[in-house]
Amino acid sequence: MFEQHLAALPVLLPLIAAPITLILGRSLLSWGFATLVSGCAFVVSIQLLAAALSDGVLSYALGGWPPPWGIELRVDAVNAFVLLAVSAISTLVLIYSKDSIEKEVEKSKHSLFYTAHLLCLAGLSGILITGDAFNLFVFLEVSSLATYTLVSLASDRRCLTAAFRYLVMGTIGATFILIGVGLLYMKTGTLNMLDLASRIELYDSNRTINTGLAFIVVGIGIKMALFPLHMWLPPAYTHAPSAVTAFLSSTATKVAVYVMIRFIFTIFGIDHVFEKMGMDIILMALAVVAIFKCSYMATVQSNVKTVFAYSSVAQVGYMILGLSLVSVTGLMAGVLHVFNHALMKGALFMAVGAVFYRVGSVDIKAFNGLGRQMPLTMAAFTIAGLSIIGVPLTVGFVSKWYLVTGALEQDNWVVAALVLAASLLAVVYIGRILEAAYFKKLPDNVDPNTVKEAPPLMLAPMWVLVLANIYFGIDTSLTTEAASSAAEWLFPSGDTHSVSNVQEMSK
Amino acid sequence: MAELIDLVLLAMLALTALRIIFLKDLFAVVMLFGIYSFLSALIFINLDAVDVAFTEASVGAGISTVLMLGTLALTGRKEKKNSHSSLLPLLVVTVTGAALIYGTLDMPPFGDPDNPVHQHVAPRYIEESPQEIGLPNMVTSVLASYRAFDTLGEVVVVFAAAIGVLALLGIRRKKDSDLESGLKEHKVLHVIAKIVIPHVILFALYVQFHGDFGPGGGFQAGVIAAAAFILYALVFGLPNTLAVASPKFLQWMASFGVLLYAGVGLVSMIKGGQFLDYNKLAADPIAGQHYGIIIIELGVGITVFAVMLSIFYAFSSQAERSNVQ
Amino acid sequence: MNFILDYYNYWVVVFLMMAGFYIVISANNLVKKIVGLNVFQTSVFMLYISMGKVSGGTAPILVEGVTQYSNPLPHVLILTAIVVGVAVTAVGLSLIVRIKRAYGTVEENEFEHKDDAI
Repeated sequence: MFEQHLAALPVLLPLIAAPITLILGRSLLSWGFATLVSGCAFVVSIQLLAAALSDGVLSYALGGWPPPWGIELRVDAVNAFVLLAVSAISTLVLIYSKDSIEKEVEKSKHSLFYTAHLLCLAGLSGILITGDAFNLFVFLEVSSLATYTLVSLASDRRCLTAAFRYLVMGTIGATFILIGVGLLYMKTGTLNMLDLASRIELYDSNRTINTGLAFIVVGIGIKMALFPLHMWLPPAYTHAPSAVTAFLSSTATKVAVYVMIRFIFTIFGIDHVFEKMGMDIILMALAVVAIFKCSYMATVQSNVKTVFAYSSVAQVGYMILGLSLVSVTGLMAGVLHVFNHALMKGALFMAVGAVFYRVGSVDIKAFNGLGRQMPLTMAAFTIAGLSIIGVPLTVGFVSKWYLVTGALEQDNWVVAALVLAASLLAVVYIGRILEAAYFKKLPDNVDPNTVKEAPPLMLAPMWVLVLANIYFGIDTSLTTEAASSAAEWLFPSGDTHSVSNVQEMSK
Repeated sequence: MAELIDLVLLAMLALTALRIIFLKDLFAVVMLFGIYSFLSALIFINLDAVDVAFTEASVGAGISTVLMLGTLALTGRKEKKNSHSSLLPLLVVTVTGAALIYGTLDMPPFGDPDNPVHQHVAPRYIEESPQEIGLPNMVTSVLASYRAFDTLGEVVVVFAAAIGVLALLGIRRKKDSDLESGLKEHKVLHVIAKIVIPHVILFALYVQFHGDFGPGGGFQAGVIAAAAFILYALVFGLPNTLAVASPKFLQWMASFGVLLYAGVGLVSMIKGGQFLDYNKLAADPIAGQHYGIIIIELGVGITVFAVMLSIFYAFSSQAERSNVQ
Repeated sequence: MNFILDYYNYWVVVFLMMAGFYIVISANNLVKKIVGLNVFQTSVFMLYISMGKVSGGTAPILVEGVTQYSNPLPHVLILTAIVVGVAVTAVGLSLIVRIKRAYGTVEENEFEHKDDAI
């Protein structure tokens, strides 16, 4: 019975657990329960990825109604891979939350926090595994509503305006997606993604369908903070509670990247999007500008959370750059970076949250002298920071390696050079913080005895992510296999030999 | 004739929208939004979407407007002069609108039975759902059975809204019981409210259980039942209402509704079907569909009722607090 | 003439959507932004319901002797979307209440200035 329902469990578990968490009410109890459920979802998603890699596709017809009449859940290598990252980060962040939100969220709201977290996880998992375009919209709203709540739970009043801006932008984005899906439905009569794909193919460049595509791309662009639609992200990530920032930065925008990939590659098809409409040029230009503009913005911020918020927008640029290359390797680099970026940003924001826990500030000045006071936290920060830069033996290097290879495959020297040049900007913004931590002295007015190492429940998940950064940076076989089969799965025809070549080159 | 009504309603909608843009009095803006919502409900009826019209009138025009008015009571009714330039928004809107108009050019003609939406997928709902599900209301069949997972997601969205509002505002129970609350002086209102409220609740129950046959269902019923309590709170004061349905109890109810819905899915899993496969609930598939739909609609109704009332509590307990200050 | 009859409905709906969208992005007052969001969404609902209409059809509730029904699927989708809309509205309005309490204003340009002082 368990195997039969495997595809539905990642969304059902947190969805059913959320109301139970609310009933449990007590802080410690709801924390334990939420963590347990998220852990189960993680175990299920490991099995799903294994099943997807060996069998190809798992389809689950909800209500027993065959698609396209009923709603179908559809798991393949692509979404199973992203789902693994989402459920893993969710579990680690929940472990981390216990101490972190003690400091940042009112005690009476803790069970609401965990309920909202589970709702967000359910929403994100729903977006990932559904095979129905309208169902995707519903789960998008589940996750968004939970996200607005989570962001607004911080104690600083600026989180309120940040959450409101996020809510308005997010709702505009969702409404755009709704319009786009409506236009597609109008021309095809169906909402099932595969059925949509086969029926869109029948039209040769239709104005209604093209408009639908444009609205969907803009709507998802808002959700993933694609430059220049990213303005909601820096304030939201800066003022949200640290645990929320760690969770959202490594999952929410990444899921939106997945949705973009799904719509472009599965539903519309690359011929339509890239060759007829020339979207690759637009996406590539936006991605390059995002990488440079936002990496630069990251170097001039004084709040460390804002630094990494801008860095996140730049990293989304890398993912979009990968898929705008329109090759298996490029797409693979994009998918791989979705996973890898979750590992690095999760660790970084956890470290920043640990600093807030001890020092009470995340201004860059607050990092002065922390290298001595919080050695483990800052060591984790350093390794994750090196991973963002793309230093060898970290996952950041693996992503950039495939991205540059993908660009060089097409003799696109400019893009390859730009990717490497942008890494220098990352050196600057990571370097500033490391300089403060290791080469400056603790301010005189701070008592060295109060600023000590973060509690173990915060350090443990942080270090799990850091070790994952190193492990997957050295032994790339697992992630590259998953990402390359995901990319091959998405690409309709031949052209698969290039990936195996790349894999050999990397070894 | 229908086209003419449609045209008049659309023109009225356009005028209302334009007034909303230019008016600075927010109270009037919110009332105009209520009108906008009711007008669109009329359009929905004219376009044969009776269930949607029912929901729009109760949820869009009813609850949304009440919440907006509740917010205005706390934030003030005058919009200050806008110092932003309106040039950029106008440009964005023009470009977006032009894109949409461009998109309409290849649209299938309005109302043509040969359109793709009427040829693919939907025919099964129209032709076979009365036999497969056994209900005359096809909207209920699709909502509660074919696309039941969407509806579960929707109940979860409502639940998530309650979590959001509770986290942001909370429901404060005052210690002072002699605060001014309700309309104590208005004897006529008291009598009329006492007559109306039981009927509203009765009507809610009718809408809840008659949704299989006519327009209606859990969403509308939940909102209508909540409206009865809201009326009670307005006339007899919030403390009295809190005594009838306490916030904690409503939290339990909201959770219970979601669990009831998901529970139906789990039972169908245990009986060997897929999640929410009602055919497995009873020996006879049609009977199974009936049980499934009635129970999940009940779950929807319970959650929507509890959430809407909780949200109202949250807003109105804020208002009373600020009156005291 | 036929062309206009076929599409006038959609054009008006596009106008209404854009009116709502304009209110959202141009309004300075947060309550008005939320009203705009609702106008925008309600207009999108009309787009969906318009495409479900069949000329000469009737509401999709089985009645003897009627063969032509309007399409129930858009109705179901919009029922869902309406409820999603009110959920977002409720959370948005609660945020506004909290913003008013924290900043003393709900005009966007006013609280933007106040944050610089912190």
